[in-house]
Amino acid sequence: MKIEKKDVEYIADLSRLELTGEEKELYSAQLGDILSWMDELNKADTSKVEPTAHILGLENVLRSDLPEPFPDREAILKLAPQRELDFIKVPKVIE
Amino acid sequence: MNNFETVIGLEVHAQLNTATKMFCPCPQADYKAGANSAICPVCTGQPGTLPAANVKAVELGVKTGLALNCRVNEISIFARKNYFYPDLPKSYQVSQFDRPLCEAGSVEIDLKPSGSKTIRVARAHLEEDAGKSLHALGSRALDYTLVDFNRCGVPLIEIVSEPDISSADEAHAYLTELKRILQWAGVSQCDMEKGELRCDVNISLKAAAVKELGQKVEIKNLNSFKAVKDAINSEIARQTAMIERGETVAQDTRLWNEKEQKTVPMRSKEMAHDYRYFPEPDLVPLRIAAARLETAKNELGELPRARKTRFMKDFGLNNYDAGVLTSDRCLSAYFEACMKEAPPSAAEGEAKAVANLITGEFFARANELKVNPEDYLSKTISPVSLVKLAALTSAGKLSASAAKTVFAGSWGTGKTPEALMGELGLAQVSDSVQIEAWAREAIAANPDAAKDFKNGNEKALGPIVGMVMKKSGGKANPRLANEAIKKILAA
Repeated sequence: MKIEKKDVEYIADLSRLELTGEEKELYSAQLGDILSWMDELNKADTSKVEPTAHILGLENVLRSDLPEPFPDREAILKLAPQRELDFIKVPKVIE
Repeated sequence: MNNFETVIGLEVHAQLNTATKMFCPCPQADYKAGANSAICPVCTGQPGTLPAANVKAVELGVKTGLALNCRVNEISIFARKNYFYPDLPKSYQVSQFDRPLCEAGSVEIDLKPSGSKTIRVARAHLEEDAGKSLHALGSRALDYTLVDFNRCGVPLIEIVSEPDISSADEAHAYLTELKRILQWAGVSQCDMEKGELRCDVNISLKAAAVKELGQKVEIKNLNSFKAVKDAINSEIARQTAMIERGETVAQDTRLWNEKEQKTVPMRSKEMAHDYRYFPEPDLVPLRIAAARLETAKNELGELPRARKTRFMKDFGLNNYDAGVLTSDRCLSAYFEACMKEAPPSAAEGEAKAVANLITGEFFARANELKVNPEDYLSKTISPVSLVKLAALTSAGKLSASAAKTVFAGSWGTGKTPEALMGELGLAQVSDSVQIEAWAREAIAANPDAAKDFKNGNEKALGPIVGMVMKKSGGKANPRLANEAIKKILAA
């Protein structure tokens, strides 16, 4: 499968990545190779196979609805690059 | 405007009534709690953490499905919805995509002035809420944004309707019914002021003769029923005008501007509709076993619409009274407890008298004293007393004003109406000899009125009856007093 430069630009934009022209060329080729291999997998007959969402074979890993407040929220707030009062401060978001 | 058909679908998000978040044990913080006071490594997306689904949220999701006549899927799968926004620390929202918990349901709504309509529900799925962004602190506008993650990870059920809604009024009726069902089922408190119920509207117009729809416009984040109604009407007007000018309505995501009463385009390009959903590798599939489904069904019990129909059929209530009495689960349970106390042979009027007492006096007092509906049976007036009071009033043994006094005396005290009537000397006098004596005295005191009445002036009876009531200290049965006076004057 061929990956065009514009496909790489679109994915980079969704992922908030800034790529140089050279990188775009490189990734187009590499992603193309990966997808070609997917084409190989596509040759397998899966018409009678249920799509898999998970490989562990587990179901219903649930927890009961009991509150357990996290004791060190300061540790989390400290990870934010910027803070004001108890809020995390980020560049202005419109709306 | 009549040339176009309006096609509306609603996406409703309701905050689930759990103690903790969807995938971590952080408490659901009160909306007034301090910023970032209920956060942990899981809901703030720290590397290496793993989510675990809240069993109560799953149960409430199942109840939602059952209450909305959905098929509850035996297997459902969580998926990642990817987008970048500061209120979403993981850069993806855990939701459900191609295998949601519930599908293919319906909600029956009342139309005005009469009739009903079925709105199909496409799906109802579990997901987690995002955090809150602040663009101002109090009245001070900020040139940056502040983020609070307390709401981040709070469990939501998203209910997506099919595009079966054709007007702002129908949208309003659908939301009203949905809210009643969710509250009834204990799924969500649905307090819109606290943001516990939010609504996105999808709306497009089509010329009545044309088969294909116009482009879909989405209006996001409406947080009151009124805003939904106003936004829809304003959007219908905007799109109609555009089409009539020969313009095409482009697919668009808009916001409702309350102040200017119009929708405005969302400027942010963040919400590009390419969410690259994929199965959430950190959460295994949900399997809803038959036993879990059965338990949920039993806990859900009778739904409000079914109960309303039964009240009309069993007790002869009219549509309005039955609607009010089934607006809240506890209220309907209280009414039912009352009807159990009414004698089985009770006439239809009895149920009406009980209903009137509940929707009138009972409601007024319960609201004034802010009685929690869950305390209706324990902290108000006992069903036995309420039924007795209704019976005494309709049998003419208690005047309307005396009934109010007895009602007040019985509230929260457990005193019976009979005891209070004795205590307060309020029993209505229906003894014909006594009433006739008062009537003769009253006629003698109002000779002019008596003469007028004899000459055919029906209204002249008023002052004479009034005099009987005065002489009896308000205890005379007014209907019997009326009859006695007429009989004497006719003689």
